[in-house]
Amino acid sequence: MGKTISEKIFNAHLVDEPFGDVSVLRLDRVFCHEITTPTAIQDLVARGKDRVFDPDKIKAVIDHVSPAKDSKTAMQGKILRQWAERHGIKDFFDIGNNGVCHAIFPEKGFVRPGLTIIMGDSHTCTHGAFGAFAAGVGTTDLEVGILKGVCTFKNPETYRIEIKGKLSQGVYAKDIILEVIRQISVDGATNMIIEFVGNVVDEMNMDQRMTISNMAVEAGATSGICQPDMTTVEYLWPFIKDEFKSPEAALEAYSKFSSDTDAVYAKKKTIDVSLLEPVTTFGFKPDNVRLVSQMKGTRVDQVYIGSCTNGRIEDLRIAAAVLKGKKIKEGVRGIVSPATPWIFSQAIEEGLIKIFMDAGFCVTNPTCGACLGMSNGVLAEGEVAAATTNRNFNGRMGKGGMVHLMSPATAAATAIQGEITNSSLFVN
Amino acid sequence: MKEFKGKVLCLDRSDINTDEIIPARYLTEIEKIAMKPHLLEDLTLGSFSPEKDVKDIGVVLSRENFGCGSSREHAPWALEVNGIYVVLAQSFARIFRQNMFNCGMLAIDLPQGKIDSLFEFCKQGQAFLSVDIEALKIQVEAHGRSLELSFAMSEFDKALVREGGWVEYADKNY
Repeated sequence: MGKTISEKIFNAHLVDEPFGDVSVLRLDRVFCHEITTPTAIQDLVARGKDRVFDPDKIKAVIDHVSPAKDSKTAMQGKILRQWAERHGIKDFFDIGNNGVCHAIFPEKGFVRPGLTIIMGDSHTCTHGAFGAFAAGVGTTDLEVGILKGVCTFKNPETYRIEIKGKLSQGVYAKDIILEVIRQISVDGATNMIIEFVGNVVDEMNMDQRMTISNMAVEAGATSGICQPDMTTVEYLWPFIKDEFKSPEAALEAYSKFSSDTDAVYAKKKTIDVSLLEPVTTFGFKPDNVRLVSQMKGTRVDQVYIGSCTNGRIEDLRIAAAVLKGKKIKEGVRGIVSPATPWIFSQAIEEGLIKIFMDAGFCVTNPTCGACLGMSNGVLAEGEVAAATTNRNFNGRMGKGGMVHLMSPATAAATAIQGEITNSSLFVN
Repeated sequence: MKEFKGKVLCLDRSDINTDEIIPARYLTEIEKIAMKPHLLEDLTLGSFSPEKDVKDIGVVLSRENFGCGSSREHAPWALEVNGIYVVLAQSFARIFRQNMFNCGMLAIDLPQGKIDSLFEFCKQGQAFLSVDIEALKIQVEAHGRSLELSFAMSEFDKALVREGGWVEYADKNY
């Protein structure tokens, strides 16, 4: 009987099966940020267990509120910073070098096919785009990960979602994942790992795969995983060129984790996206998804382009292509937050930042801030945002605020019109 | 091990998310106790009032996909510091459920029929519920009447609850 990629990764990392239905896995990476890690650090200190299992496998970043907005967030940064220093965690990204965790860690080459990764952040599933098993966990799991380098998971069941067809112009990875969530619902993949396959996924670049894997958790999934292929290898090549003779050799090594053709799946679904149009959300759940054309006329106060879902260089290129030579609607606040310093600097080099600024956007440093209503663009009561982020919960970007999730292209078009608008209006 | 009993708070809706349990603006707190006044602060649900309705509660009863959204363990902590160590629901989001057991608390999923009967029972007046994890029984009382239900729990979850959470268990075993 064949195995799925997740089953192969689990088998390769199995430490113990203490009660049959749960696997204790050895961890290759423990990622940390300043919101969920300080409590774990404090608890370890209080227990007299202020140790780390392997400083080279722990990567840390200050990203959620950066620069610190008040004394409390400054203290969270300080606790993480001092901890990284005293344990010799050299891959620690502080202000000036910091970016949104799920953008900067892949960019630094820390994510490889076949690895096991946890982080105290639900969107850790993003890293499944590289063919890794990556899952968000709470602070206690994180704490044990830091201390012992292990984590427990239920033995994986996999939901195979095939995405096939040919995308129409103006339809992007974000539209695809919102459509997937609409079809399977916010708990359609709970306790399962989504495996994204099909010609559309094969043709995606890594930025696009990270967009779809990022939102797997919005359907309840433990992780959202893509098979490693030559696109994965080419992205990683600068980091792995000393490990392998050639990209082909790297692919052969990584392919040992690929799902077998006779692997057994708990569920399967095929979605043809050929007729898909741009979509957005309307309610307070990520599966409340409608066509952008059905939402026409919905006015917005703020447009936010950024986040671990859609703050990467390709997202900025797409939004800038829509905005070039145009102005955002008077009364609408535009905010763009490149997700990492490299993306920011690349966007300057390509002239994208000038396009955003000429259009009237505020350009912020890389941070998660606005996405979860913590800093850098919090909504006031009764305000409406168009956002390229991943969650539209009631009050997510600010108490009493409404969030409509959409692609960077739709967000840019919406900024120009001041109401939810299809980008095809502005792009030839 | 904690005691699993108390007055029941009924939250009759699916997909109660972590932002509703504890909004992100309180994630800058490092002490768990700071979350106490903010439990369910942003939840809008019928006549529910976060100021009045979470006092003296020991158990939350809800529907499907409870705790969806963020990985924040601040959600179980916000329950814990308010003395709520048990959530009963038709289903849970994975991370929230694991966080509850990792803290030595209970997230018990029950089939729809049992959840329906608990909601029906609790309509009669303030209900008091207790959970026995050895006998795998839930006992609920209101206005002199009582109802008993059975539930299932994995050996691993029991071990976590008995040990008082995952840190002690893992440090002992791995």
